[in-house]
Amino acid sequence: MFALTPLESEAILLSLRVAFWATLISLPIAIAVAWLLARVCFPGHTLLNGLVHLPLVVPPVVIGYLLLLLLGRNGPMGAWLYDWFGITVAFTWRGAAVASAVMAFPLMVRAIRLSLENVDVRLEAAARTLGAPPIWVFATVSMPLMLPGILTGAMLAFARSFGEFGATITFVSNIPGETRTLPIALYSMTQVPGGEGGALRLMILSIVIAMLALFVSELLARRLRARLTE
Amino acid sequence: MLEVDLRKRLGDFVLDVTFEVEGGGITALFGRSGAGKTMLINMLAGLLKPDAGLIRINGQALFDSRSRVNLLPERRRLGYVFQESRLFPHLSVRSNLFYGRRFAPKGERFHNPGRVVDLLGLETLLSRRPVTLSGGEKQRVAIGRALLAEPRLILMDEPLAALDATRKSEIMGYIERISDALAVPIVYVSHALEEVTRLADQVVLLADGKLVAAGPAVDIMGRPDLSPHTGRHEAGALFETLVAGHDDFGLTMLVFEGGTLCVAGLDLADGTRVRARIRARDVAIATAPPADLSILNVFPGRVVDMYENSPAAIDVELDIGVRLWARITRRSVHDLGLKPGREVYALVKSVAIDRHSLGLAQPPKRN
Repeated sequence: MFALTPLESEAILLSLRVAFWATLISLPIAIAVAWLLARVCFPGHTLLNGLVHLPLVVPPVVIGYLLLLLLGRNGPMGAWLYDWFGITVAFTWRGAAVASAVMAFPLMVRAIRLSLENVDVRLEAAARTLGAPPIWVFATVSMPLMLPGILTGAMLAFARSFGEFGATITFVSNIPGETRTLPIALYSMTQVPGGEGGALRLMILSIVIAMLALFVSELLARRLRARLTE
Repeated sequence: MLEVDLRKRLGDFVLDVTFEVEGGGITALFGRSGAGKTMLINMLAGLLKPDAGLIRINGQALFDSRSRVNLLPERRRLGYVFQESRLFPHLSVRSNLFYGRRFAPKGERFHNPGRVVDLLGLETLLSRRPVTLSGGEKQRVAIGRALLAEPRLILMDEPLAALDATRKSEIMGYIERISDALAVPIVYVSHALEEVTRLADQVVLLADGKLVAAGPAVDIMGRPDLSPHTGRHEAGALFETLVAGHDDFGLTMLVFEGGTLCVAGLDLADGTRVRARIRARDVAIATAPPADLSILNVFPGRVVDMYENSPAAIDVELDIGVRLWARITRRSVHDLGLKPGREVYALVKSVAIDRHSLGLAQPPKRN
């Protein structure tokens, strides 16, 4: 029987928590950014697009270090967060969530933007002529039609966050019970003599969880699409 | 009352149109493809911003470039029935129908939803999804959806363009019903003569972004000088008649100011008002009372005027109690010695007036 050791379940639960919050917090921001990129013409459009995609193209360790500089206790944003809200991000699980969210952000925005570009603007115009203000149109026409894309984006982001390693270990280090997520635990095991067995188990676990997530999201997306076209 | 005075440049195309139409009924924006009809209707709806001008409905400005008024589409309260229906695919027919209702002020909800559903025959469709509907059903739902948002005016942009002939006629029937029963003014964009002839009370004729003529349908559609725009081949007279009876040979008698017109049997009660259209090419002229003729409809009258239609053809305007047009050859004009004032007989083939050109004329409207 494949019983989990306390260490393994701790890492899995932490990874799930980090991925959940990373996805939840970045979702509304990603929808807003996708909207800006797909629908609004403004100066700095290309710059924003580049910034969003930055985590895809630079080494994760660069993002981790950048976050440390910005959000560390002495960083401009970190100091502000601590002084005003008493929140510490660096070297906590919250920091791990932030790092994961930033790394997964481009994937999420891309999926949502793609679905938004497929929403027929003529339907939105029709809703306006029926008296609906733009926000209402977005909530009742655009959003429901984007739902499959939003789901895909969220699932991708969740999976990416679950496995985030480089930026996380740079930003929040490797603290057991606080920031030692599943991939970091796996890495740690490969660094100590005799850790191969544990590493193998974690590897299998990680693959199983990722496959499960993909399976569930595919099922949901299919059901959503069927609702739109049946 | 709708007042329009708009200018808009889009690439090489310039639209510059000024007109007013009174009150209710169905106003057709008529013209060929590319005349600027859809552009104009989108400016009315607020989906396209004019360069300059004015749109006023019952005295209220929806757009006025001078006083910088430009109401958002959702504030204009104009219904819009699109060519492709544009139903929301993720909502049921019922939810589609009621989508705009919450935005209509409580005190201005005149249309009873049950009545609208009934008038448009939508009862059995309510729980269905738009993808399962046929083209005609979609347009009926789209009309109902626009109505239930309680618009001051409904804009229709070629709502029949995607339908086959049978469905076209069926939807025209529904449009007549809602126009009559609910007294909602309708602006109807079309390039199809049969739709305009059947539905329109008033016609605004457009060509190349300019206004050609505007006025009662009966006047506009009967003017031969406008036939290049209304359809040269189809030019003719349009007038209203009353059903006066049916004979044993399957013919129906229609009385009008010039006499009685015999047409192929119509399934209509006596006294029904019917709009008749007689194409110029279906009218011949004789200078003496014709005898031993298969043509039933012969009307005495006189020549009013003559217009050159093409090098070989002349359109002759006749007064037989109403205006009638005859398209004959220049040679016939010469041989018969036709000139204004000449007493003649107009010969109309009864088969020339078929069911197709008999639109149900509208009774006088409220508002």
